[in-house]
Amino acid sequence: MNVILIAVIVLGVIGLVSALVLYIISNKFAVHEDPRIAQVSEVLPQANCGGCGYPGCSGFAAACVKAADAGSLEGKLCPVGGQPVMEQVAGILGMAAVASAPKVAVVRCNGTCENRPRNAEFDGAVSCRVKNMTGMGDTGCAYGCLGCGDCVSKCQFGALSMDPETGLPVVDEEKCTACGACAKACPRGIIEIRLKGPKGRRVVVLCNNKDKGAIANKACKASCIGCGKCVKTCEKFEAITLENNLAYIDAEKCKMCRKCEEACPKGAIHAFNFPPRKPKAEETAPQSTPNQNVEPAKAE
Amino acid sequence: MKTFHIGGVHPAENKLSAGSPIREAALPKQAVFSMFQHIGAPAKPVVQKGDVVKVGTLLAEAGGFVSAPVYSSVSGKVNKIDAVIDASGTRRMAVIVDVEGDDWEESIDRSKDLVRLSDRPDLDSKTIVEKIKNAGIVGLGGATFPCHVKLTPPPGSKAECVIINAVECEPYLTADHRLMLEHADEILVGVDLIMKAVNVTKGYIGIENNKPDAIKLMTEKASQYPNIEVVPLKVKYPQGGEKQLIDAVIGRQVPAPPAIPISVGAVVQNVGTAYAIYEAVMKNKPLIDRIITVTGKSVKNPSNLLARLGTPFQQLIDECGGLPEDTGKIIGGGPMMGKALLSLDVPMTKGSSGLLIMNEKEARRSEPQPCIRCAKCVSACPMGLEPFLLSKASAMEEWEMAEKNDVVSCIECGSCQFTCPSKRPLLDMIRVGKTTVMGIIRSRTAPKS
Repeated sequence: MNVILIAVIVLGVIGLVSALVLYIISNKFAVHEDPRIAQVSEVLPQANCGGCGYPGCSGFAAACVKAADAGSLEGKLCPVGGQPVMEQVAGILGMAAVASAPKVAVVRCNGTCENRPRNAEFDGAVSCRVKNMTGMGDTGCAYGCLGCGDCVSKCQFGALSMDPETGLPVVDEEKCTACGACAKACPRGIIEIRLKGPKGRRVVVLCNNKDKGAIANKACKASCIGCGKCVKTCEKFEAITLENNLAYIDAEKCKMCRKCEEACPKGAIHAFNFPPRKPKAEETAPQSTPNQNVEPAKAE
Repeated sequence: MKTFHIGGVHPAENKLSAGSPIREAALPKQAVFSMFQHIGAPAKPVVQKGDVVKVGTLLAEAGGFVSAPVYSSVSGKVNKIDAVIDASGTRRMAVIVDVEGDDWEESIDRSKDLVRLSDRPDLDSKTIVEKIKNAGIVGLGGATFPCHVKLTPPPGSKAECVIINAVECEPYLTADHRLMLEHADEILVGVDLIMKAVNVTKGYIGIENNKPDAIKLMTEKASQYPNIEVVPLKVKYPQGGEKQLIDAVIGRQVPAPPAIPISVGAVVQNVGTAYAIYEAVMKNKPLIDRIITVTGKSVKNPSNLLARLGTPFQQLIDECGGLPEDTGKIIGGGPMMGKALLSLDVPMTKGSSGLLIMNEKEARRSEPQPCIRCAKCVSACPMGLEPFLLSKASAMEEWEMAEKNDVVSCIECGSCQFTCPSKRPLLDMIRVGKTTVMGIIRSRTAPKS
């Protein structure tokens, strides 16, 4: 009897003392996290893609709370959740959401098997990064898509897929969250995260070739040769700049007139998601074959 | 017999052209001189379109300390200075010369008389290094590291011996082998010059045991030079690697980077470089030609050609019986470390030690299978690395893990990939990891300097 009693008392005392120590320590070293961080974190998509520029969703939530304390949510955007999520976040933090235009990944290469003949066969590891180290790769273009699909494997949202016919990645605009993982994965920097544009309409130079015109022309039928015709047609809006033999359309300045698309002698400029041109336009501009080039863009 | 201690493999030797004496290749119609024929800063052109040049005229000066000038190997007129695709597969600046005749600069001594170091007491180490620097000599084994840099030991380190790399461990290649058989005397003077340049009294010439004729001849000739010793080595790839050769010949191990061979007191130069140094110092001839092995199982006459730099590869193949019909792949360099070429219009450069034509069957890589954890790659790695791990880390972009496991120590010899029973593209991935990690290390140290 005595033995049992002693054991109970000793254990009970040890238990009490331990509980007391734990209580004191947990109070003393408690980490006070802003409860809003957890709240914000809850409305985020939890994709942990890093597209916002922060380490995961909780990192972004903490950054949002900090920014709200500093006074403005400007520059904070969850590309996956987009505007609706940011409005929720703003609501939790009692701030006004900063309007942001949705973006989408654009593959700036139209070097399909047909446009850009393969002049070699790559036999190494199936990886764009490895292939890029061979120099030109298997075509005459040192800037175009390598076609091994590093971007596809990096996409967490299933928005990218390789088109076996063209050998180029295709972006599913519905699924693309513009997190930018594909753009980072591309060793040649072909993928651009670009403004989606009103109704998804945008005009883009689908080429990344910075070689001189003659070389670019020889390498690919659909390459930008840096002739500058588009720049001239856009003199009024100054949306197009020509640098290193490559034209670039500034999405913010672009007025979607599509004149540059017509002007491009190589069909390197593509208009996405526009309704088909009226037949009248076709009569006046016989080389409106670029219209057909819009089709693959629609498929994206 | 001596050899290095860690790893190594023994690929089929296939030295098809070993019995074929060096022949002089015909002059090209147009020669293309890349500004990127060496490791380091690109050379800067000093000629202009329309300039008339002779054999040995300076085309481009060195772009920095770790760089080398480029000389014309032909006489004629500069056609243009433009970007062309070179053996690396990238489009880079080059001087293109239309060949007219064969007019040499008068300063070059074209006689065949042997000049020994004892005949030229005026040469001191500084003059020798200066002459080597001005002649545009780079490591002719294939790495193309500017020669004078290696001969200028950084402060605080002292050279103790010179090791001449006459191993030629790459299968197929026989350029160095033939050079030793035909120019043994000149090579020995070259070794003497290198020893004088770095002020050491001991020189070794490491030759693999599959070249008994070269070992015999060199030993015989070296008997006149008490300080030069010929070291026969057991055949093992990659014995020609600088660090492996030092281990094999003098039994010292070079620590991981940033340590370099001079840290253990060794200066390593290729045997072809020794010959070029002889020509540059004693004959005033800049680096304008080299010996290249054109070989392959289907090639009609596998040969060793003495070709002028800038000659297109197509012409070299034509001289050896033309491109075989069953060609599957053309490699610039040897089969282990060489690089497949995109086209044959590419010009030969200072680093072109071989041109290997593989038939369709040999050229094809096997389909990679899953890793079976046999660790053959680990036992084959001459640097004591774990290739399977590094390859995995690179594929998963775990750069920190790759760095921790010394990916920068990789010498890209390809032993791991060669030995892998699953035919995994180990080196392909490791190379990506190595390049990336080296970039990370550079960016980390950059802001401080």
